[in-house]
Amino acid sequence: MAKPKVATTSLAGCFGCHMSILDIDERILDLIELVDFDKSPVDDIKTFTGRCAIGLIEGGCSNDENVHVLQDFRKHCDVLIALGDCATMGGIPAMRNTLPLKECLDEAYLNGPTVYNPDRCIPNDAELPLLLDKVYPVQHVVKIDYFLPGCPPSADTIWQTLVALLNNKPLDLPYELIKYD
Amino acid sequence: MSDAITFTIDGKTVRGKPGQTIMEAADEAGIYIPRLCYLSHLAAHGSCRVCTVQVNGRPQTACTQPIAEGMTVENDTEALRQVRRDIVEMLFVEGNHYCMFCEASGNCELQALAYRLGITAPKYPYMFPSRDVDASHPDIFIDRNRCVLCGRCVSASRDLDGKTVFEFVGRGPDKRIAVNAEARLSDTELDITDQAVEVCPVGAILKKRVGYTVPIGQRKFDHTPIGSDIEARAAQAEEN
Ligand code: SF4
Ligand code: SF4
Ligand code: FES
Repeated sequence: MAKPKVATTSLAGCFGCHMSILDIDERILDLIELVDFDKSPVDDIKTFTGRCAIGLIEGGCSNDENVHVLQDFRKHCDVLIALGDCATMGGIPAMRNTLPLKECLDEAYLNGPTVYNPDRCIPNDAELPLLLDKVYPVQHVVKIDYFLPGCPPSADTIWQTLVALLNNKPLDLPYELIKYD
Repeated sequence: MSDAITFTIDGKTVRGKPGQTIMEAADEAGIYIPRLCYLSHLAAHGSCRVCTVQVNGRPQTACTQPIAEGMTVENDTEALRQVRRDIVEMLFVEGNHYCMFCEASGNCELQALAYRLGITAPKYPYMFPSRDVDASHPDIFIDRNRCVLCGRCVSASRDLDGKTVFEFVGRGPDKRIAVNAEARLSDTELDITDQAVEVCPVGAILKKRVGYTVPIGQRKFDHTPIGSDIEARAAQAEEN
């Protein structure tokens, strides 16, 4: 029987949650016995090769590309897990949500104390993903099946979750493994 | 004890004294009723509703309801846990709670309630409101992004410090904690030794320059759920 597949992505995140996936240490050897990685920065597969059992989403949606990737994950994954605080509540990127987008761009490209931008140009190439008005937690965009908060969630949290779900067991994490920081 | 009042909480017989609230009697008996605004040395405010229990089948706030002979109190039921989860989740989406860099994280009562209730994410959409920070005072700051409007600082300043530094202004979603001054916290009489600075359950009123001193893993609620201290009294209460 073919192994179930796991896909992962980092949207508006810092890759810290992916570092925490790697932080399961030598259990990664057990993990690749259990699953194959599909689309993921872990193996650098860029597009889905088929149906996945589990999708892990790091980061919220800050631009239109994030939204498309997230929708693609929902389409291809049986179970979608919001991994970390940025996916769950927007995280640090969402601190811009109380400011108009223009003010953020002006600060970053025109007015910031360390900005050097003699042409006073705000990047606007068609190739660049379009910024959204706000950073959206992933459950504002697609249905999410499980949330693992934390900045990042601990390796034990990720490990126990994957093992439970891959063995069709209910997810019942102990007190110590649900933390928001 | 002839003047004892006997009633039950979740089927367990509890003996309290006349004039006590359900919360006070439960605390003495080692039964934890979740709470956010209540603090034993402050006047009960009854504002957060986290302590909602069913008294003879009707919802009441345990921190304000006096005990009565023969009353039946339900506390730790799934229906009530759900009410409490709903309230806590609403508090999270109504404010801006960035626990990952909050000085109160690990010692915060709102966060600890969410942990104890098993909340991994609120089911409501985040509102991302605009709230301000007042860091004008040399020793203390208010971050209104994290204020849950519990009223503890208002009571403590008024009743313990005799100063009335804090008061609520506005209504509904516009309600906010205000300071008793023309503009800023630095214009008030608030002092670093005031009780009002100690009682905030979250990271909304904080002392400057003492953040992050306790490492992760050694903070109040890192390993021990909120309410464990009260529950530890149960064995002792049984002996008496
Ligand atoms: S006040 Fe509590 S819930 Fe809010 S950000 Fe700080 S630790 Fe988190
Ligand atoms: S500042 Fe703190 S103590 Fe005062 S009302 Fe807000 S949460 Fe309660
Ligand atoms: S603790 Fe009773 S209403 Fe807040």
